[in-house]
Amino acid sequence: MNVQNQVKAVQNGVNTEALLGARAALADMPAAAQFTWRATCEWVDGTHSRSVVKGFFGLGEEQSHTKSFTVESDHPPQFAAADNGPTPIEIVLSALASCLTGGVAAVAQHRGIQLHAVTAKVEGDMDIAGVLGIDADVRNGFSAVRVSFDIDADATADEIAALVAQSQKRSAVFDIVTNPTNVSVSVA
Amino acid sequence: MKKTTTVIIGAGHSGLAMSRALEARGIDHLVLERGQPGNSWRTERWDSLSLLTPNWMNGLSGRPYAGTDPDGYMTVGAFVRAFDAWDAPVMTGTTVLSVTGSAGNFRVQTDQGLILCDTVVIATGACALPRLPAFADALPGAVRQMTPITYRNPADLPEGGVLVVGASASGLQIARELALAGRRTVLAVGNHLRLPRDYRGADILRWMDRVGVFDLPFDQVDDLERVRRTPSLPLIGTPTRETLDLNALQAIGVEIAGRLAAVNDGKALFSGSLANLCTAADLKLNRLLDTIDTWIARTGANAAPPERHVPTRLPGSPRLSLDLRTEGIRTVIWATGYRPDHRWLHLPVFDRKGRIRHDGGVVADGLCVMGLPYLRSRHSTHIAGAAADAAALADHLNRSLADAA
Repeated sequence: MNVQNQVKAVQNGVNTEALLGARAALADMPAAAQFTWRATCEWVDGTHSRSVVKGFFGLGEEQSHTKSFTVESDHPPQFAAADNGPTPIEIVLSALASCLTGGVAAVAQHRGIQLHAVTAKVEGDMDIAGVLGIDADVRNGFSAVRVSFDIDADATADEIAALVAQSQKRSAVFDIVTNPTNVSVSVA
Repeated sequence: MKKTTTVIIGAGHSGLAMSRALEARGIDHLVLERGQPGNSWRTERWDSLSLLTPNWMNGLSGRPYAGTDPDGYMTVGAFVRAFDAWDAPVMTGTTVLSVTGSAGNFRVQTDQGLILCDTVVIATGACALPRLPAFADALPGAVRQMTPITYRNPADLPEGGVLVVGASASGLQIARELALAGRRTVLAVGNHLRLPRDYRGADILRWMDRVGVFDLPFDQVDDLERVRRTPSLPLIGTPTRETLDLNALQAIGVEIAGRLAAVNDGKALFSGSLANLCTAADLKLNRLLDTIDTWIARTGANAAPPERHVPTRLPGSPRLSLDLRTEGIRTVIWATGYRPDHRWLHLPVFDRKGRIRHDGGVVADGLCVMGLPYLRSRHSTHIAGAAADAAALADHLNRSLADAA
């Protein structure tokens, strides 16, 4: 049980009441909890591409961000590319870090822990012999991913470790990266 | 056709505790039992199993443990003998086919005929059916699949390696037994807990009981759904008071991997989240030990010095897949949890996931359920805890009967 948030007013910018309210409401309306996330990616030139995200489906109907967002991706000159943006791999690492960091803030708010600063450093190891087709025994993706958090908060070291542990347990991108998913790709 | 006031379905420790509670209130009743009293304990447990709770926690209602070893662990065989000496109005060999109706007018159809009654108590247990992941169907046909309900002993299994899925009490205990029998054993570890058998000179359950961690009533828990899903206590009852954790299992050769996430093309695929689940279990253990230390310091209780356990050891790079055929894995044991079997209850009392809805064991007027996790408190899971739940629910039934009269 958690009573700290009833006695301490912490401000991490997370609306815990709204999230808990949504959780309670969605527990009784499983259909409304079915979301579909989308991105549309267009090739620009070379390995340069531009993805746009705007609409998504959830709460039983079409939804939309307040505006559209653009994510550009390319490769650096070491890959003979024009470097118009981060590699898709780095976008995945950024997504993992953002998901875990947002989770730390949400869990801290729920547990009544005031955060002052949170930094996540993410590294993914990759043997590019896989993507280059040099060695069929090497997988394309990461051989290991490491996330290192530096957290300044009004909490003990064990409480901070527990925040980070709980954030992983509830993270979508952590699940996406650590578990297999069936992916179907079709041509219209 | 028979008539009685209350029908209790199931003559396990819960059903018999309810029988005593009704007897004490002068309520006429019958206990229906598909086999013999203590049937699941007799027929659905593996050969070597001992209770993981010490003897003082295992007294049947009205028969507290009176032996000379309150801190020991009895075998299931010894425990079952306690049922033999029970005198309760039990109809053995009676299988319930359906329950319909409402308070004052329940119809219990059995293979021995119809029984009419005013109130019903469901005491068929929380572990009647194994809970399997959907991808169990994707396992190659050559792999034998078992559950802790069907597993008996290592010699029962086909030659070769074994994948045990689940690291709660059943999975840990079975993995230990298989490794000690010389089987290559891989254990898939999902969300789990970690506990030492003893702490500061006493059984960990003795401290948890004294500190009061079992006591919080269900109506004061802020996330009841979550605590009802808490894995079973990861303990084993052995004469040497062994601690059964992932470090102990790895020391006898068990390989640990992450949560089993999928079976694809004859390969078991494991989640890469093992490190976090082990960290979470270690942190939770240390919070419990902190709570116990604080309680000991406050009360001045007699105790050995505090200690902390080394963190759960992880393989350098836990495996992410296991090709069952090429790695010689011939058996998969699904220790992935259990669920009750209430399929004969033909009443609209289930949630969308098919779980019976209840408020501290009260399902509806005149209808109660017992023996489910955190039914009324954590004691509800313990054998001796059935007596308090039975008393509270018998009071409900008494009121229901009085209202109808």
